[in-house]
Amino acid sequence: MASYRQSIPVDGASQARSEADTPSSRVMRFGLDQPLRLDSGQFIAPLQIGYQTYGTLNADRSNAILVCHALTGDQHVASDNPVTGKPGWWETVVGPGKPIDTDRFFVICSNVVGGCMGSTGPASTNPETGEPYGLDLPLITIPDMVRAQAMLVDALGIDQLFCVAGGSMGGMQVLQWAVAYPERVFTALPIATGPRHSSQNIAFHEVGRQAIMADPDWRGGRYLAEGTSPRKGLAVARMAAHITYMSDEGLHRKFGRNLQDRDRVAFGFDADFQIESYLRHQGLSFVERFDANSYLYVTRAMDYFDIAADYGGRLANAFMGSKTRFCIVSFTSDWLFPTVESKTVVRALNASGASVSFVEIETDRGHDAFLLDEPVLFASIRGFLSSAAAARWK
Amino acid sequence: MQPLAAPVHGELSKRLDLLVISELVEPGSRVLDVGCGDGELLALLAEKRGVEGRGIELSQSGVNQCLARGLSVIQGNADTDLVDYPDDSFDYVVLSQTIQATVHPRRVLTEMLRIGRRVIVSFPNFGHWTVRMSLGFRGRMPVTENLPYSWYDTPNIHFCTIRDFVQLCRDVEADIERAVALDVGGTRMTLNAPWWFWNLFGQQAVFLLSHPDRPKPSG
Repeated sequence: MASYRQSIPVDGASQARSEADTPSSRVMRFGLDQPLRLDSGQFIAPLQIGYQTYGTLNADRSNAILVCHALTGDQHVASDNPVTGKPGWWETVVGPGKPIDTDRFFVICSNVVGGCMGSTGPASTNPETGEPYGLDLPLITIPDMVRAQAMLVDALGIDQLFCVAGGSMGGMQVLQWAVAYPERVFTALPIATGPRHSSQNIAFHEVGRQAIMADPDWRGGRYLAEGTSPRKGLAVARMAAHITYMSDEGLHRKFGRNLQDRDRVAFGFDADFQIESYLRHQGLSFVERFDANSYLYVTRAMDYFDIAADYGGRLANAFMGSKTRFCIVSFTSDWLFPTVESKTVVRALNASGASVSFVEIETDRGHDAFLLDEPVLFASIRGFLSSAAAARWK
Repeated sequence: MQPLAAPVHGELSKRLDLLVISELVEPGSRVLDVGCGDGELLALLAEKRGVEGRGIELSQSGVNQCLARGLSVIQGNADTDLVDYPDDSFDYVVLSQTIQATVHPRRVLTEMLRIGRRVIVSFPNFGHWTVRMSLGFRGRMPVTENLPYSWYDTPNIHFCTIRDFVQLCRDVEADIERAVALDVGGTRMTLNAPWWFWNLFGQQAVFLLSHPDRPKPSG
């Protein structure tokens, strides 16, 4: 089995660095007169949003689909990533003739606030100091990310989105959209997600954050200004997280106890096993493209997410009176957002009388299944969207 | 193996029981179809009666066919997932040709009566004379086009007769508002026939139930 070395542009890190302020995508800028109000009570102004669009907006601006990306995703959903040179992260789902068909729909995807690919985040330059924000950026929540997306959607002149879709953290944003702007969401497609971050998930995130902050090169969050990079800490954070995206069964099928480029164990701490080599590669390639402070911010946003908390502990109240059509998808081997989390949302939607479909897809590929070639997922999305389109434009 | 009675075409008889069900449903009501399959009944109810339908279906293929039809369907199990629905959240809860495949038919029926103001159940009658012939004279479990499975691989683990079902309704204190039996040809049997006659000649039955005595939840 080949080792997991794929080509990363030699200047990957510097390219990633420049994307924070000057992204290779569309950019929407909001001035001091249009601040982003944050859940923390603070504001971000000026605000920048890096985004991509695919397809054509129709005359009455009713065919827009907002795709929300996951933790370390970005706006490059269906076109090559400028940092890694790899195809867009959801090209299996979004594109001409794909389940989210760009021949038919106008697809928008924006980098989340707190990210590092062109929307305001800790790696962006703070106009007050001329230096990167670092930890001076206020904490961001999932509702803050959605509020920023709503500003973008407003600026694009779109009143109602035909669909808001996304997996994992993207799915949290989908649910938040449906709760915060029910009349602006015709259909909602939250995949492999939940109505709150579980204690176990917060725990894994905390391990990742502590790994970053324990790296001496993190410099209290001032590494960009001081010219260092907490590469080891960030790589370890990614390695730990990556395990949670796969299933035990899937790992066994893919790697088993296979050795890496050797016939027997070396009685040392090199990567004897393929799984070790794989994780090390995942960690190393991640630090080329992602900002460590951004990782702290977006993981924290997920941790704080708890829809029911804002509705007296009753999730159903959050969806009361909603006219949005929901299609909720989970995967059998996903232990990060197990089916029971999706079912909590389904139950609440049922209790509130909303229109909800739910599909649990059989797979051994764990949480990451939503990013992979899963024909049942594609068929579900296609069926749900085309029937909703028939209802929308009948 | 040659069935004793002229076989009933499964599809045709199924469609007939769905037609009977659709006539029992008031136009414009909210309906939950438990075990909705590919969504045939929900689609029929939406088209003919203008109902707002929801479905529960166990099979992946059924769920995806429902999605493609634009129906709201939840992948789930009648035995375990009905507890998730609030009291009186539907005008009708329908269980068509499914009760015999549930693990706990009595519990399922009780849950349906809790969720719906009315309940409609259709099922194949195990007291039909062809079934009795197969058991009584041939000494074999019946295998027909309508009940096509061998005893060892059937999903139908809780067959009942029409009289058995009437007894279950009494046990759970459900009122039988209407009952319709269909004979092998799919014709509706005379309403004034006694239960024993239905039980012998009805190949399938459709019951409309309600629960008038259950106190309504407050708030």
